[in-house]
Amino acid sequence: MSTLEVSPAEPRFSEPGHTVVNDFSIQVATVNGSGSQTANTVLMRSIFQMGVPVSGKNMFPSNIAGLPTWFTIRASKHGYIGRKKEIDLLVAMNPETAREDVTKLDGGAAVVYDEPMKLDALRSDLHFYPVPFDKLVAPVCPDAKLRKLVRNMIYDGIVAWLLSIDMEEIRQALVKQFGKRKAKAAELNWGAAQAGYDYAVKTFTKSDPYQVKRMHENTGKIIIEGNSACALGAMFAGVTVVTWYPITPSSSLVESLIGYLKRFRIDKETGRATFAVVQAEDELASIGMALGAGWAGARSMTSTAGPGISLMSEFVGLGYYAEVPTVIFDVQRVGPSTGLPTRTMQGDILSTALLSHGDTQHPMFFPCSPEECFTMSIEAFDFAERFQTPVFVMTDLDLGMNNWMSEPFPYPDKPINRGKVLSADDLDKLGSFARYKDVDGDGVGYRTLPATNHAAAAYFTRGSGHNERAQYTEREDDYIHNMDRLAHKFETMRKHVPAPVIQYREDAEIGFIAAGTSHYAVGESCDQLRDEYDIPASYFRLRAYPFNAELVEFIQRHERVYVVDQNRDAQLLALMRLEMAPEEIAKLRSIRYYGGLPLDARTITDEVIGQEGK
Amino acid sequence: MSTITTAAPKKVNRIGLEVLNYKGAKTTLCAGCGHNSISERVIECFYELGVEPWRVGKFSGIGCSSKSPAYFLNMSHGFNAVHGRMPSVATGAIMANRNMLGLGVTGDGDTASIGIGQFMHLVRRNLPMIYIIEDNGVYGLTKGQFSATADLGSKLKTGVINDLPPFDCCALALRWGATFVARSFSGDKKQLQALLKTAIVHNGLSVIDVVSPCVTFNDHEGSTKSYSYMKEHETMLHELDFVPSYEDISVEIAEGEVRDVELHDGSHLRIRKLHRDYDPTSRLGALHALENAEKNHEVLTGVLYVNTEKPNFLEMLHLVEEPLATLPEGKVRPTKEALDEIMEELR
Repeated sequence: MSTLEVSPAEPRFSEPGHTVVNDFSIQVATVNGSGSQTANTVLMRSIFQMGVPVSGKNMFPSNIAGLPTWFTIRASKHGYIGRKKEIDLLVAMNPETAREDVTKLDGGAAVVYDEPMKLDALRSDLHFYPVPFDKLVAPVCPDAKLRKLVRNMIYDGIVAWLLSIDMEEIRQALVKQFGKRKAKAAELNWGAAQAGYDYAVKTFTKSDPYQVKRMHENTGKIIIEGNSACALGAMFAGVTVVTWYPITPSSSLVESLIGYLKRFRIDKETGRATFAVVQAEDELASIGMALGAGWAGARSMTSTAGPGISLMSEFVGLGYYAEVPTVIFDVQRVGPSTGLPTRTMQGDILSTALLSHGDTQHPMFFPCSPEECFTMSIEAFDFAERFQTPVFVMTDLDLGMNNWMSEPFPYPDKPINRGKVLSADDLDKLGSFARYKDVDGDGVGYRTLPATNHAAAAYFTRGSGHNERAQYTEREDDYIHNMDRLAHKFETMRKHVPAPVIQYREDAEIGFIAAGTSHYAVGESCDQLRDEYDIPASYFRLRAYPFNAELVEFIQRHERVYVVDQNRDAQLLALMRLEMAPEEIAKLRSIRYYGGLPLDARTITDEVIGQEGK
Repeated sequence: MSTITTAAPKKVNRIGLEVLNYKGAKTTLCAGCGHNSISERVIECFYELGVEPWRVGKFSGIGCSSKSPAYFLNMSHGFNAVHGRMPSVATGAIMANRNMLGLGVTGDGDTASIGIGQFMHLVRRNLPMIYIIEDNGVYGLTKGQFSATADLGSKLKTGVINDLPPFDCCALALRWGATFVARSFSGDKKQLQALLKTAIVHNGLSVIDVVSPCVTFNDHEGSTKSYSYMKEHETMLHELDFVPSYEDISVEIAEGEVRDVELHDGSHLRIRKLHRDYDPTSRLGALHALENAEKNHEVLTGVLYVNTEKPNFLEMLHLVEEPLATLPEGKVRPTKEALDEIMEELR
């Protein structure tokens, strides 16, 4: 432990000795479009810089300006970075929601608020800190037009004083946020933060127990959004054709990728691009282009969310049946239909697994962290070409659009695997080839790339019935033979998808199965069950579909297995039911959350306790 | 060789291939279908120009016309995509491999209904490829419903009269960005050959709308896409002569009679005036002519519009010379130093 930075205005506590250090959550309630994103990011980053595990979650409306937005920051010395339901410190800046926000707080919480709202009249069991934001902002920001944007920075100063966050960390976080080019803006914001801090020093007596103390948990770590992490994965996977259509919450994935590609993928000798990015006319076109490019040998990808996945359905069936590699990122949001575009959900699992008409099955990868967004994206491109099929990387809004602490990403340790592609030299040796013949017994045929300079290279790709030689057929035996081979190929994939992460607990009768961002709530819930109820629980973190054999073993080793789904219809559970034996199905229980917010541990723990009859 | 044949040497083109090498599987379309004539023209033109067939990518959507890529250029890769969305597949493939010569074959059902959006965006991008619309005004494969290019007032076999105006795919193409736009008739061998050869060397999107009668569902009295209707109503804008880059072009051109268009690879398209003046480099003039022709129940055939200057989509992407598809790892995976640099920024 480092020594605690002693601030000149060390807050005095109403109950000496009662402090809550590095274990609380802050919620900032603002109006979107008011520049609060900067203030919130800086606040989160300052805690991160103090070495305390931290997470930030933005709950924003599907709107450009003027609607309520909440940003929650959780600091946890235990390293819990999932959402915490209870709010310990509220920063109430939005008059429209302030009353309800205050009413919902648990007793003992602290409230920083805009003074004219007079929130202290609402309750007597909270710690109130009224701040005259308008009065404070005027002297530090002479330009009236900028005041709206700078005003929020004041609460960073107030909160820094309240929580004993070193102001130097706020300053550094500001510099990081604005970069060298916007030094002026950083300076202006720094003035506002200082004004807030100074006001707090001379005005308040600290009465709440929450406090940040320096730790050393974040050494070397980075802060990044899942979407940017996927983008980096795609770039280091060697993506060459990127097609997309803007949609929340996936747009920033490709936007981030474009930025990185322009920096790192311009050929040094010629100054030309080693990639093509096309903003298509719609998702129908973006998947069509991705498949056309994958067919022609590019490493291709597209990125979308649920509505786009629905639109892509027919083409994805073609990709499956004609065996064309591509990678599809699905940053899931709340459906059905338009749903809640800015809220999170794992709502596309079942429909994506079986997307399109006829018998189809698609591999899906489920990263849970930015690091896995990076490594699994790289893996997805290799996998798509190795198995010649569309691969889905299933993230969600929580992972994709929120800032996460992460270990730095490892440089890929394996060379790019382009799969079974025959060159002109290969064709010289072979004489000819049959595109859909299972030569190696793994269900995967050999392909040639169009424009391969060889008379025997060509084959015809079609979504209609085809035989081993890619010729049109309506024959019963040809059709069945081909479909069986495709099923066999899917079986082969089970051994090659990203392996699950399994934690067996001694004497555990119950186990969890979860995927993606459910991880943080499940991990914390395991601790809650152990610490509060003395119930040991094992945990199987699924990282891909198709499932592998260890899943069945995990279920067999427990009495009851809770499958955690962030959707109403228990989609992950339903997918398991499709292939499990009745004995295993009988052990499966369901925990579902579908309110659109990131899943929290308490919801799971309460549900398990209820179902366990404790 | 154990046997010596005394037969005459086989006829080959300038890259040593026989016409047989440009053929495809046996057609399964109806006897007399206009599409089969178009397939024959494709075989002839690619053979005669000596195009390496393995350099060609064939693309189609769904419908009778879209089946036809199986009936020519067996030595070319082909991709029979989903209904109306061949343009996106072709766009992806051609971006992936800029050396590919893209040949799309579609129909009026495929292009003018579900495909109209992708068609328009293909046009807008001026993607370098050939886009042949085999236009017969009906859905053949589903047995004879009207398509969106059927003329107002034309009649189905069942007696149903079309009461909606047609999309003119040529007007759409030339208005919104295609750089070689032509209309032809499947029965006009010479004109179609010249147009196809021009399209093969054109450095941009070539849209050729070929009226291609459906002998089974739309070749009767009252149809405006029948052989007999075309005989009576086709109005050729000009006579065309394609002179490939590797042939001598020293023949004198009489001024005012022939317009010479030099194409990307040094080939020339010679446009000989017939009955009226027509300037195929004027977009507005072309639209005007199409509008008048519709009023006069004429089907204008020939080069409606040509523009050899406008940059195509690949040029705008500023890609490396080598196909993206086959770039080595060293060109597509940034270094560890690059990753370290990014990680440092995120700390």
